[in-house]
Amino acid sequence: MSQLQSQSQSQLQNEPTASAGFKTRILEVREGILKKNDVLAHELRAHFAREHVFVVNLVSSPGSGKTELLKETLRTIRKTHVVAALVGDLATDNDAQRLAESGVPARQIVTGTVCHLEAEMVQKALDAWSETVSLADLDMLFIENVGNLVCPASYDIGENLRVVVLSVTEGEDKPLKYPTMFNTADVAVITKIDLANVVGFDRETAVNNMRALRPNIRIVEVSAKTGEGMAEWIRLLLNESQSVCGSKTTHLKEWQHLGEDGRLLCQSIHHAATRTIAQVQSDKPSPTLLCKDILEQEAER
Amino acid sequence: MHELSLAYSLIELAEDQLRALPQPVPRVERVGVRLGAFSGVAEEALQFCFDAASRGTLLEGAVLEVEQLPLRAFCPICQTEQTLPSIQSLRCPVCFSLTTVLTGGRELQLSYLEVYDEPVAEPVSEPVAE
Repeated sequence: MSQLQSQSQSQLQNEPTASAGFKTRILEVREGILKKNDVLAHELRAHFAREHVFVVNLVSSPGSGKTELLKETLRTIRKTHVVAALVGDLATDNDAQRLAESGVPARQIVTGTVCHLEAEMVQKALDAWSETVSLADLDMLFIENVGNLVCPASYDIGENLRVVVLSVTEGEDKPLKYPTMFNTADVAVITKIDLANVVGFDRETAVNNMRALRPNIRIVEVSAKTGEGMAEWIRLLLNESQSVCGSKTTHLKEWQHLGEDGRLLCQSIHHAATRTIAQVQSDKPSPTLLCKDILEQEAER
Repeated sequence: MHELSLAYSLIELAEDQLRALPQPVPRVERVGVRLGAFSGVAEEALQFCFDAASRGTLLEGAVLEVEQLPLRAFCPICQTEQTLPSIQSLRCPVCFSLTTVLTGGRELQLSYLEVYDEPVAEPVSEPVAE
């Protein structure tokens, strides 16, 4: 029997087909097509949790202002926390360069033809970066995904918080056009809010559309340019980080009055503490605890 | 747009399953895939990419059969599972309240493989007793 005939026959009937000398049987599989990615993402998330790193995945369409938002966010958060950023793009390292202007380590993931980030890409980028940026030192890692509201929705990259960015210039019906993405996001950030009146942005409709897809989505409105709403956005991030990763982040605040020196000092103490623990104990306790102990001893002296 | 990546993942997963079989199969007839309304996958694009990506693999020539699954959610007011008519809104079609508990629609699953077994031995015709 020709292949064509056998195909058309099998499409007609939903039963195993048989052709000359062969018989077929059905193997039930029932496995997720993205199982490999999901398993790796799960491992990454567990790894981030062990190192008390809070990870944010930023997704949006191209040109929504992700990079500008992230740059301003990094500029603020680095004053009190140790942060780093990964950014995915099909080509160029322009965004990593822009993010590095904030003074935070930033690394580009060039995806080539791939329109999204996968867990494996994140893991490889972190491995390649390990000499410069160690997860043990980090409080937060921001991952800026490829500008695309379709494909990144399917790929878990081990993040704690998925943030969808929507600019006022894109139109309030965008959530309805990309329902999967908005349904999987924990937070929506409406950007370029300083242009809302100029472009006639219908805030109420936009919010209703988002809530229709994700009733408990948290929404913040910001302008990275004027700074409007940025404080609320940063507060949301810090609260989430605190609730997910505990108090690793608190130690920097105590050194805040020393400015840049305090930041570096705390980072090096934290680094040393982490290494000491790793050497002394195989069952590693929270690095924060030891860092806090050191800080307390310093204070007593 | 990411259907090519998905096609490669699907083929890799299917090949892993086939290699785990005690006996190698000569050919795969059909590949069953379940796609939820919220999987974010276009069936036509997946079909196209599957045909291209399966060349030279154990799945070459296999027919991709896609089962589309609707969005399903548990409505806390009605206390029942409902099929949602639209993917633009997670509203219960009966009481119109919003629900956060999706029970179906995210599927992106390799459901089954229909494979050929080894050739069935032709029944040897017994010499008819005279």
